[in-house]
Amino acid sequence: MRYFSAQSAEAASEALVSEPGNARLLAGGTDLLVQMKSGNLNVDLVVDIKNIPGIRDITAEDNGFRIGAAVAGAELGEHADVCALWPGVVEAARLIGSIQVQGRCTMAGNLCNGSPAGDSVPALVAANAIVRIEGPEGSRDCSVLDIPAGPGRTTLKKGEILTSIFLPARPANSADAYLRFIPRTEMDIAVASAAVNLTLDESGTVTSARVALGAVAPKVLLVDDAAKAIIGTKLDDAALAALSKACEAACNPIDDKRGTVAFRTSTAGVLARRAALIAYDRAGESK
Amino acid sequence: MDTGQSKREFRYVGTRPNRPDGVDKVTGRAQYGADMTAPGMLTGAILRSPHAHARIISIDTTAAEAIAGVRAVITGKDFVRLDDEFTRDVQENCMAREAALYDGHAVAAVAATTPVIAKAALAAIKVEYETLPHVTDVDAAMKIDAPVVLAGRALETVPAGMSQNVTNACEFGHGDLDAGFAKADLVIERSFKTAATHQGYIEPHACLASVTTDGKADLWCCTQGQFFVRTLCSDIMGMEASQLRVTASEIGGGFGGKTTVFIEPVALALSRKSGRPVKIVMTRDEVFRATGPTVSSSMDIRIGMTKDGRITAGEATLRYSGGAYPCGTVEMGAQAAFAAYDLEAVRTYGLNALTNRPKEAAYRAPGAPQAIYAVESIVDELCQKLSLDPLAVRLQNAAKKGTLSSYGPTFNDIGLVATLEAATNHPHYNAPLGPNQGRGLSCGFWFNFGGNTCVSLNINTDGTVGVTEGNPDIGGSRASISLMAAEELGIPYESIRTIIADTNSLGYNDVTDGSRVTFSVGLATIKAARDAIGKMTSRAAQYWGIDADAVKWVDGSAVPAGSNAGKFPPLTLAEIAAMSPQTGGPIAGHHEVNVDGAGVSFGVHLVDVEVDPETGFTKVLRYTVFQDAGKAVQPDYVEGQMQGGAVQGIGWALNEEYIYGEDGRLQNPGFLDYRIPVSSDLPNIETVILEIPNPGHPYGVRGVGETPIVPPLAAIANAVSRATGVRLTELPMSPPRILKAMKG
Amino acid sequence: MKSMHISTTINGDPVEFICDPGEPLLDVLRNRLGLTGAKEGCGTGDCGACSVTVNGRLVCSCLVLGAEVEGVEISTIEGMANDDQLHPLQRAFIDGAAFQCGVCTPGILVAAKALLEKNASPSDEEVRFWLAGNLCRCTGYDKIIAAVQVAAAEMRGA
Repeated sequence: MRYFSAQSAEAASEALVSEPGNARLLAGGTDLLVQMKSGNLNVDLVVDIKNIPGIRDITAEDNGFRIGAAVAGAELGEHADVCALWPGVVEAARLIGSIQVQGRCTMAGNLCNGSPAGDSVPALVAANAIVRIEGPEGSRDCSVLDIPAGPGRTTLKKGEILTSIFLPARPANSADAYLRFIPRTEMDIAVASAAVNLTLDESGTVTSARVALGAVAPKVLLVDDAAKAIIGTKLDDAALAALSKACEAACNPIDDKRGTVAFRTSTAGVLARRAALIAYDRAGESK
Repeated sequence: MDTGQSKREFRYVGTRPNRPDGVDKVTGRAQYGADMTAPGMLTGAILRSPHAHARIISIDTTAAEAIAGVRAVITGKDFVRLDDEFTRDVQENCMAREAALYDGHAVAAVAATTPVIAKAALAAIKVEYETLPHVTDVDAAMKIDAPVVLAGRALETVPAGMSQNVTNACEFGHGDLDAGFAKADLVIERSFKTAATHQGYIEPHACLASVTTDGKADLWCCTQGQFFVRTLCSDIMGMEASQLRVTASEIGGGFGGKTTVFIEPVALALSRKSGRPVKIVMTRDEVFRATGPTVSSSMDIRIGMTKDGRITAGEATLRYSGGAYPCGTVEMGAQAAFAAYDLEAVRTYGLNALTNRPKEAAYRAPGAPQAIYAVESIVDELCQKLSLDPLAVRLQNAAKKGTLSSYGPTFNDIGLVATLEAATNHPHYNAPLGPNQGRGLSCGFWFNFGGNTCVSLNINTDGTVGVTEGNPDIGGSRASISLMAAEELGIPYESIRTIIADTNSLGYNDVTDGSRVTFSVGLATIKAARDAIGKMTSRAAQYWGIDADAVKWVDGSAVPAGSNAGKFPPLTLAEIAAMSPQTGGPIAGHHEVNVDGAGVSFGVHLVDVEVDPETGFTKVLRYTVFQDAGKAVQPDYVEGQMQGGAVQGIGWALNEEYIYGEDGRLQNPGFLDYRIPVSSDLPNIETVILEIPNPGHPYGVRGVGETPIVPPLAAIANAVSRATGVRLTELPMSPPRILKAMKG
Repeated sequence: MKSMHISTTINGDPVEFICDPGEPLLDVLRNRLGLTGAKEGCGTGDCGACSVTVNGRLVCSCLVLGAEVEGVEISTIEGMANDDQLHPLQRAFIDGAAFQCGVCTPGILVAAKALLEKNASPSDEEVRFWLAGNLCRCTGYDKIIAAVQVAAAEMRGA
């Protein structure tokens, strides 16, 4: 195996393209090194992207924040403005692993790992975050939702590198929230998860919403019916019940060592309801 | 009760001094199994079966041997087939011979100059397997047509006509069951299952072996018993015990799981073949797949009770599986099941069945938590249905001095009633509960062991003392041993240093197990100190020119026994030690004994939980442990045992389990999905130590380490059942199981 | 596969080493530099026994490559005491019997020190969540939490 510390996105891309064997990107490494340790992954080339200028920065742009692909969870959590604007995204990113893992893990890596259970992914989808990709054919932007292709797979083409995630600015009275279910209080992979992002009008009625679910299908789900169930409501009991029901209907989970189909399905509905209430309270308090 | 011990005033025993290994352990200096190196050392690595059950047709190691840097490759054929079944099972568990019996079973090993080369060499070994039908569930293994794991291993006690997988059978009890059940107003019968769990020590197994061409060997390893390692390894390797010196490193947790060998014979064989020192360190994956979990169990329990709370009869059938080799752990379960109760009619039956799982290794009170979980669950349900106070019912039926125990012996002084009374009077028991909350309790029991023990105690000429004992210190025992030596000798704790000897430096000591060390090694230390005191009083008598009988030992000094003996100022230990070269030479005390008289130990745990009715998530809100320690020598470490055992039991109750797939492979061989409790899962674990002296120990000490893992399983299950209104009968009570039970 | 030559700083000392490109920092510390205080309990970031700090940030050294630490500052348990003066956390752990086997202790001390540098007055719950990535199988965590609080109080007073 070889290690290459790329000094630019172009250099990283070129290294990926020219490697005949198995090349992998290294940002936080909290998934990659585990996979290498397990012996299931033989890597010929590791391309470290952390030394690419700007890739560890959080940058305020006109219409939001750009989060570099190598920004660690702990660093994200220390950025007061991002925390205020996207509390659900930050809380989701902060749930990945332990404090130790937080010192290294990145949202971009969480997304590119392709796990349907990645904690930050539903929150990013609910936030309608946009990723920037550098590749052999130049730069392009796309929706987070378009990145996962299935368990362990992404739509990124050979030589493409996700360099940043853009969290858009948004109107007053908006907030998001993320909840996951794990059997312990920490250190587990989500058995089911839900992110809700919503905006209220002055009267407290939901005017727009996005609801995303994790760990209940081969890839993250954006559940339009769940959003519709709460748009135009003040999250009364009937709206919340409809939200849960829409989420349950969208689930297509597997039975495995972490949970059953029935458990994942019902829990996704419960979490979506609870996350909606948290987001609603936050939106009411936000300006 | 009149042992005289309860009146004894202690000067050092019962205090909380710092442990002698403390600074080493907070500075990273302490040397654990993986921390030792030797010049020219090779890295050993082991190839493991990916199949649950497979015949090994051939192993081709030529490609591996051809890799530069590979110095030795071995397979099962490099070990002699042993006649003794017990040791042969241990050897074949370390390295399979004809068949791989479980996912993770070792089939070959290499020694190479670097870890990277060793890994490449493993990948180059070609094993041809013929896969065989497998069975991993204990009930399935008991079926007459089940795949046979090992044939012809049933003991004579096993009834005819059972599956060949059934290897052990036992029965305990007394009285007329039919008459007992006839007297009951309510009889409840239920079946229970518990998953296999792992000890979960944070330090993986590690060893360094160095065999020289003249047949001498040194082995450094993390173990609970260096002498037993020597016995096993010298038998497996065909060596004389004197030629194999085993040194126990600091040990990073064991809980019973490091009472046998897994990699040590492999490292020795690789070292012998390569002529170089070889170190093997297991990965966590290997620890889960190939070292001892507990038994898994399936149990039927029937208990009858009168409406005023008297238990009239109890019956239990326990089916345990200790994995791919015969296992007698079910006997301890069958003995322990009803130990907390004074019963007129009680019967327990135990059966062990082979399954394609790793060979069971001891785990803290092996066999007892499962059986007592099932019994205590039914006792709780009887109390609930008869509207009786569960603590009062346990007090009413509690075993006490003179009770004919369910497993045969009649109890001497025991502390069950005292612990139950302490729980009854504790504020926890009557604290208010909120919605979705429940309170559970359970009794727990462990026999405690004594066993072969040997201690040397050397009086240094400057008046300090070195104690040499032979049991690895797994939870602070060096401090406790030093305290008992200080107490007996009458010198400060700080003047004593206790070390753990290698196998050449001391006589044989049984493994650190059965909660035996503070009790047995403590007893031998006290007796060794008395031996040294006898020599010191003789020296003083000699110095004073009086009879040795006329000198006694008081507060660390020799003094004339009475006014008739003469008027001499006291001679301190330091003064006697300083003049020892002139009075006959060095002074040392020794004691060698097979200790009897370990007092049994009882505990009671109280727990409050809250269960999320929508997800089945259980939060442990409050937890209190009550236990009889006989005499708490260093109370910090007694509390530590109570807290640590309770938390292991909490993990067992809620989330820990070996999960096997249809393919018979272990699905969760890592700390990510084998979910031991993390700090944020837990409340403080409050402890209440009772001291009902054990008549079998000079200071009244009982073992305390194992009992605390026994009650949590039922205590949590009873709390969850009361919080949710449904009885759960399978462990772990993971959220999907609880939610499913609640939804009916 | 060619080894890499890395220059870095460990516990304030300049250090150079060579390592395989895929070799975790933990293996470098333990096998190449003789710093065996960090332990491998899992190698997958689940147990925290290998905790160190890299440029002040708490990490699992099993999840960092040796190749990545060129020019950074690493702190390990071996650098926690100030010459012959134990850190207040180290003293509190000994005084409070906050370990039994002690194999998780180096990682817990490094993690707890990082916590107290960030939050001098954590609640018990904050300590418990901060240390959730440090598995201890012996103690049930009770005395660990208490010892961290004793050290925190002492450090606030100092």
